[in-house]
Amino acid sequence: MATAAITAEREHYLNTDYGIRSWLLTTDHKRIALLYLVLITLFFFVGGFFALLIRLELLTPAGDLVQADTYNKLFTMHGQVMVFFFLIPSIPAVLGNFLIPMMVGAKDLAFPRINLLSWYLLLIAGVLMLHCIVTGGADTGWTFYTPFSTSFSNTKVIEAGLAIFIAGFSSILTGLNFVVTIHRMRAPGLTWSRLPLFVWAHYATSIIQLLGTPVLAITLLLVVFERAFNLGIFDPTRGGDPLLFQHLFWFYSHPAVYIMILPSMGVVTEIIPCFSRKRIFGYHAVAMSSIAIAVFGFLVWAHHMFVAGISLYSAMIFSILSYLVAIPSAIKVFNWTATMYKGSIRFTTPMLYAMGFIGLFTMGGLTGLFLAALGIDVHVTDTYFVIAHFHYIMVGGAVMGYLGGLHYWWPKISGRLYPEWMGKFAALTVFLGFNLTFFPQFILGYLGMPRRYWQYPPEFQVLNVMSTAGSTILAVGYVLPMIYFLWSMRYGKIADANPWGAAGLEWKTSSPPPTSNFEETPEVTWEAYNYDEIPAPEEVPVG
Amino acid sequence: MFENFPLWPARAATTAGNVDALFIFLVLLAGFMSLAIFTMIVIFAFQYRARRGHRAEQVEGSVPLEITWSAVPLAIFMVIFVWGAVIYFQERTPPRGADEVYVVAKQWMWKLEHEQGQREINELHVPVGRDVKLIMTSQDVIHSFYVPAFRIKQDVLPGRYTTAWFHATRPGVYHLFCAEYCGTSHSGMIGQVVVLEPAQYQAWLSGGATFGSLAANGESLFQQLGCPTCHRSDIQGRGPNLVGVFGKLVQLEDGRSVVADENYVRESILSPSAKVVSGFKPIMPTFQGLVSEEQLTALVAYVKSLSPPPSGAAAIPKLTPGTQPQEPKE
Repeated sequence: MATAAITAEREHYLNTDYGIRSWLLTTDHKRIALLYLVLITLFFFVGGFFALLIRLELLTPAGDLVQADTYNKLFTMHGQVMVFFFLIPSIPAVLGNFLIPMMVGAKDLAFPRINLLSWYLLLIAGVLMLHCIVTGGADTGWTFYTPFSTSFSNTKVIEAGLAIFIAGFSSILTGLNFVVTIHRMRAPGLTWSRLPLFVWAHYATSIIQLLGTPVLAITLLLVVFERAFNLGIFDPTRGGDPLLFQHLFWFYSHPAVYIMILPSMGVVTEIIPCFSRKRIFGYHAVAMSSIAIAVFGFLVWAHHMFVAGISLYSAMIFSILSYLVAIPSAIKVFNWTATMYKGSIRFTTPMLYAMGFIGLFTMGGLTGLFLAALGIDVHVTDTYFVIAHFHYIMVGGAVMGYLGGLHYWWPKISGRLYPEWMGKFAALTVFLGFNLTFFPQFILGYLGMPRRYWQYPPEFQVLNVMSTAGSTILAVGYVLPMIYFLWSMRYGKIADANPWGAAGLEWKTSSPPPTSNFEETPEVTWEAYNYDEIPAPEEVPVG
Repeated sequence: MFENFPLWPARAATTAGNVDALFIFLVLLAGFMSLAIFTMIVIFAFQYRARRGHRAEQVEGSVPLEITWSAVPLAIFMVIFVWGAVIYFQERTPPRGADEVYVVAKQWMWKLEHEQGQREINELHVPVGRDVKLIMTSQDVIHSFYVPAFRIKQDVLPGRYTTAWFHATRPGVYHLFCAEYCGTSHSGMIGQVVVLEPAQYQAWLSGGATFGSLAANGESLFQQLGCPTCHRSDIQGRGPNLVGVFGKLVQLEDGRSVVADENYVRESILSPSAKVVSGFKPIMPTFQGLVSEEQLTALVAYVKSLSPPPSGAAAIPKLTPGTQPQEPKE
């Protein structure tokens, strides 16, 4: 093919240097993004493998595939790996890292070496986590509830806790880097109200990472110290309080849900205007709702504790605050929908993911209204209703957004196009597989099936079989993109600088971009999403 | 409906209907909202699909629209909040005069003891049409008492009592689950709640071995442990007279005051110097590690029996009327 000759001519971030050192010692945000992509993809498939084993065990009511202790470790490690090693780094560390400097017209992040350091921290944490898993793993649930985790479990709680502790610093440093970059490194003319909403979403996310993650770090250290040195902070037989742990844990871990979903909202906010050829509807409302979510998100943690033994009145306050945090999410959904109005809509793969995101996130959000209602929560908390709800947000929402973003920016990242029909097929497979996996779990939850059950009464079997069937379809939908992305890196059609006809500075430089991102620093004189000024491509290119 | 494919849980307590009503309202609301959004997306997607010669028409945002679609959901949310809070308030407020059952959870079983002394494991017999209050604690980790048919759930914590209550409405056998992950056999920590007709329940109560009423057991334990040397029931000894104390506001040495509930009695046995009653010295030794959770519940039940509820004329305390403290009779 002649394509190889063309790529060899122009220098870009992928071909400036070859060899392992040029990757492992790079300070280029684009290369670090790819390092993250490799690392978290590995963790995604490790966590996904555990999920499949969980679903297989639940195919029958009896505990027959694995031992009870093994099952408990499976759901623990599924949660820990997916939350701390995939979902939290996913969009910020891969897409945010790759795009934010370009979106603000900068050459790199504010602290390129700290950026590399944060990748190494995640690598060290990940190796520790994998070592923990291979040598026995932990069985506390990803929530580490005391006093089970501190005084009763005889698994590798300390190691898992330390792995997550270290991963937390990776997250803090990424957040710090983004905040400084967004404040200090915007191109001339790029005012706050001209920033892409992807950047706004990451700004809000970074604030949560900076303020919330240290609390998790302290909490996990207390668990580790209590286990190692018998401190007695959470042990009621020595005057400690097990509920104190839950307050501290959820003070981070509820906002952490927004670390996962806000960047995904940012991705969707880029995709929908592009394939509707429209300005975003209500720019300021969407930007401010990200900030509102970050702020209100810190004030709702005890809604995880309505049956835990907190006072009647504090439960009421946390219930009403939980309804308030739902408003900015609703605003976003309405604005995305309104953006499609009078557009010129193309059903590309990223657009399918974005529309799927709206659907699944809406269902996840609406079922959140059930859980915030105190009287309902008492019945459905700690059942499969909660499992279904947060998977609609964290898988239906965050992962759909992540995949949509990977497809949308893949031509920029790799300089190649993926096969469009395969992309659409995979998106549809993910959507159907997801719903078949998780919708039955809402019904299971209302029927009363508790979470973290290795065996269950036989009347719950039919719905569990449906869920397991769905999970295999979902797995296919997740493996497909990995295959055709790898394929496209060598065989995909060459992408030009702006294959979608998209707005945004990242599309004004070549694909893949040069190491310094721009030949010369751009000067911004236009508003974000100026789709009235950008001609749509005649045909959407097909890889 | 179908033996192995139920779509709605059994409804066997007064709370169940209230919870279901709000749940159905929310299902309809969520169904309507998602249908509205999905329909809009589908209509827009087809009506405004890209065609040759068709250009997008730019529409600026609209402040009135933003305000509308923030304010209307907020109003609806507040209705849901109040509705949910009212149900929760009822669930968390046990009515006076309820039958009491003491629950001790441990890895991985439920131990239950009735006021009259019947003890059960992983099975709870209750009569239909009576309020039943559960006073629960854990011997080890956190568990959660969950009966889906009653729509009630309450975490059971080590080191303190939590309470729940229900009023069963339909005889039958219902699942009892542990809903808070508690280790290896978490999913084996299940049992059943057997709701009986009153006559059957009486028969059940009189059959089987009993070990004396909980309060009577508590009284003999109280004697054994030597408590009456200080906690005298005729005069104030070195410790406070416990007659009539339960459920009352107690003045503490440090100026605070607390209601003498189950948790206060429990704390006073295990950490006596934590909240010393006004006018007394912190001289009581701790009983931490000397009494089991079951013995603690018996002691609590005994102290409680020294203060009968004012209306319950049937429940005469085991003390002679002359020793009653200055509590005015109604």
